[in-house]
Amino acid sequence: MTTAQGGEPLHRALGITDFELDVIRQKLGREPNHTELAVFSVMWSEHCSYKSSKPLLKTLPTRGNGMMAGVGDNAGVVRIGDGLAVAFKIESHNHPSAVEPYQGAATGVGGILRDIFTMGARPIAVLDALRFGDPTDPHTRHLVDGIVRGVGGYGNCVGVPTVGGELVFDPSYQGNPLVNVMAIGLLEERMLILAEAPGPGNYVVLFGSTTGRDGIGGASVLASATFQDQDPSKRPAVQVGDPFAEKLLIEASLELIDRRLVVGIQDLGAGGISCATSESADKAGTGILLDLDAIPRREPGMAPWEVMISESQERMLATCLPENYAAVREVCERWGIPIALVGRVTTDGDIAIIEGGIGPDGGPNPGATEIARIPAAALTSDAIVHKRVATPPARRRAAPAPGLPLTAHDGLPERGMDPASVLAALLGSANLSSRRWVYEQYDSSVQSNTVEWPGHGAAVLRVKGTKKALVATTDGNQTVSVIDPFLGAQLSVAEATRNVSITGARPLGITNCLNYGNPERPEAFWQLQEAVRGMAEACLALSVPVTGGNVSLYNEYPGGAISPTPEIGVVGLLDDIATLIRPPFTTAGDSVMLIGKSVPGMAGSSYANLAGISAEDSPPSIDLAREAALQSFIREAIGRGLVASAQDVSGGGLAVALAECCMWSGLGAKLRLGVLGSPAIELFGEGPSRLVLSCRPRHAAALELLARQFGLDSCVLGTVGGERLRIELTGSGATGAAEERGSRVADALDVSVVDLRHVWDHGLARALGVEAGPADAGAPAASSNEGK
Amino acid sequence: MKVGVVTFPGSNSDVDSLNALTVAGVDAVTLWHESPDMHGVSAVILPGGFAYGDYIRAGVIARFSPVMSSVKDFAATGGFVLGICNGFQVLAESGLVPGALLRNRSLRFAGRLVSIKPQRLDSPFTHLATGAALRVPVAHGEGCYYADEATLDELERAGQVLFRYVHEDGSPVTDPEDTANPNGSLRAIAGVCNSTGNVAGLMPHPERMSEGVLGNDGGMQIVRSLVESAAAWEKAGRPAPKAAKLEAGR
Repeated sequence: MTTAQGGEPLHRALGITDFELDVIRQKLGREPNHTELAVFSVMWSEHCSYKSSKPLLKTLPTRGNGMMAGVGDNAGVVRIGDGLAVAFKIESHNHPSAVEPYQGAATGVGGILRDIFTMGARPIAVLDALRFGDPTDPHTRHLVDGIVRGVGGYGNCVGVPTVGGELVFDPSYQGNPLVNVMAIGLLEERMLILAEAPGPGNYVVLFGSTTGRDGIGGASVLASATFQDQDPSKRPAVQVGDPFAEKLLIEASLELIDRRLVVGIQDLGAGGISCATSESADKAGTGILLDLDAIPRREPGMAPWEVMISESQERMLATCLPENYAAVREVCERWGIPIALVGRVTTDGDIAIIEGGIGPDGGPNPGATEIARIPAAALTSDAIVHKRVATPPARRRAAPAPGLPLTAHDGLPERGMDPASVLAALLGSANLSSRRWVYEQYDSSVQSNTVEWPGHGAAVLRVKGTKKALVATTDGNQTVSVIDPFLGAQLSVAEATRNVSITGARPLGITNCLNYGNPERPEAFWQLQEAVRGMAEACLALSVPVTGGNVSLYNEYPGGAISPTPEIGVVGLLDDIATLIRPPFTTAGDSVMLIGKSVPGMAGSSYANLAGISAEDSPPSIDLAREAALQSFIREAIGRGLVASAQDVSGGGLAVALAECCMWSGLGAKLRLGVLGSPAIELFGEGPSRLVLSCRPRHAAALELLARQFGLDSCVLGTVGGERLRIELTGSGATGAAEERGSRVADALDVSVVDLRHVWDHGLARALGVEAGPADAGAPAASSNEGK
Repeated sequence: MKVGVVTFPGSNSDVDSLNALTVAGVDAVTLWHESPDMHGVSAVILPGGFAYGDYIRAGVIARFSPVMSSVKDFAATGGFVLGICNGFQVLAESGLVPGALLRNRSLRFAGRLVSIKPQRLDSPFTHLATGAALRVPVAHGEGCYYADEATLDELERAGQVLFRYVHEDGSPVTDPEDTANPNGSLRAIAGVCNSTGNVAGLMPHPERMSEGVLGNDGGMQIVRSLVESAAAWEKAGRPAPKAAKLEAGR
């Protein structure tokens, strides 16, 4: 047994358990050497192997119409007609960003972009879903500043617009922020290429940046272990990004693919060259003979294992026919990119690592030494899988059964509440206020495709040369997930797809980033298991395939575990961009309609959070069939030209949805809302499967009929117009609050749209303490390449 | 007639200039940074992006590229050159337009829509503009226009200030801290030209507002002005620039 410094057995120092070492011995039929152990340690890390989550992920629905690539590939690829396809994927970079916010976030963007152009697609958009702890805490502010700068610093330079995302504050992320980045690419169908190394005798080339000691153990040290407090000793495990190098890599790679000079291509991400070689070989059923001496280094004296697991950024591995190598070389050199011929495709299925060079016959030179030899499958498709134990927590609250009377829990301070003040407080809160301070640090318009900029719901990108548009969003619900992970995942899928459907677009598929705790803890693994089950059910009910994703486990720190966070990214297709519908009201005099009805349960809502409710209430339940009907209804209604604007009811409930329609258009509305049970639930409840739309008054009847055909409740709330949002509360449930305030008229919410807009506009900057002028000279700006 | 768009390694908004030129119905060609060949173009756009990674300072390495020596010669013979965003930074570093672009006063990247107003409608870059404020994006970290007071006075006197940031309603911005001025540029200057009027640079991106589907097509007023000026120059047999042609001729 090899021993590391300090007497600890080497395999344990590398994060390999004794049991795993035994399995390695079986697979090799002998004792592994140092280099082989290092390779196994990264490839069998949770991050690369999905050893805990693989059995669960197999249960997801992964087939859909027009899918050209999916789970197991670098990104999902779906046809959109006109000979075009869209590639998309979401991925986490949580722990690197916690250690070194700027570089962690920047390389998160770089990594997901490589997954996209590795498929032959040109990256056209980035969405960033960010989660932090208390916004008033100095360390949180440091993380927010660095991570936002990092996302922008990379995306802005590489020339891919950042068009959407999320920014959420929740105490559970205090020691473990989440940085989930989604990228979208566009490709001609003929460009599709896979990450494989086919054809024995073919050349294996490495191009892009040189290989250094940065990012060693990123996958195993950082991503696959419970997180200690900002440990500076882990900083060397964070990779350092160079977006300029990536920009060149994009252009060179796409040219190589376009000219068919390479037959397979894979980026070097987690696990570095170990991962790229073994995955490419295993997928093609081949092996690779790798000449370590040929790999260009950034620094002298690197040990073989360091070269094999380095996660230096901006590198690609490609396979080409020997006769095309000169042309491949020319392309890379024209773009100023170092390239090296590092190996040959072989027939033996092994990753064989040698020093001493490869001879003209394609075999090792006489005198060359073999450093390591591992079957490619043992590192990838046949890697270790752990059966983890899942145990639900001892005490659970279930969602109330549908049909229960609509009464809020006694703990909710709705008696005597002033609904206008509550609405203003919600709109100005850190989670519901405008995200402008963040997205104005991003380039959202490069490439001339952005139709809907960040800030008002889903992002919309036109597809040049067609009438089509792509609609994209990310959504994740952690507040319900922490109470009920199954329901939380369903709600996340429902909200993300709903945000796409309300524009008139059809969701093509979902990509997911599952951020959970330590899978060796039965309760955390149960959360993951429940979330996958919920996601699968929701996807089946809504007929959307899972096209790919990423699992981030061990999101724990000494203060506790994060709330389970299923981040869902959706891309939808709109066939004719002229039919695009947006959330803001458009025309005074239009009718305002509510489709769907509220359900009981306030737990996990922004209102409950604001009111400081101890979580004794239950979250709202979801009826997936009704959700599917709602989304079909709105797409049909938009297709028939009946709808002027549409907005879904989600965070902050109906009142916030209506306020957004008003603030974003500058138009007020005069509405009446019937309240049978609780005004808090009707105004601020976050029950799913509801939307607010506006339409010409003459279309209201047709919409009500259509809603009935889809089995949905609908009602006309009132009319767009004026400068105030006025919601009169009518019915038996409305009177209590008015009586308690000594008022004899029915209760009403009545507030000026300008005032709401002001509160909403400044909420985030106030929460982060960055409101005092645009200059923030105190912020750390030690990072290069964020300016231009 | 052809218009060239230079691609430096790290240029990323070249696609936007190429797209706008296509919308304008003109033959657009890419000029590669390592080649001095101008391909007989009648005008050149230096696009946005991060030329050579913008290492050291934005635009400072690009000025030494082979293509830039040709662009300098082209400008000296009277050819029209428009630098947008990073292209403006390259022009300023090359000394082809006056002034310098400093880091934004906020010390943050600024990516949003702004309003700019052409300051004269008789220049080769603005003669097709309506004169109303244009709503166009900015996307830069180093866009704060700077020159000393005497130079600024001279630029104003000579009519070399081509664009200023204004409020959305077109009213002037006087305070450099006003958010309508996205980077704190002195005297709200968004774009300037050289003394002979054939080389201009601006930080905002008119070429990204080239089609109604993207929000508006107001930026095409600038792009079409350039294209038409280049066509007229070509038709007149490429006349040499007249010294200080623009001299306060408003």
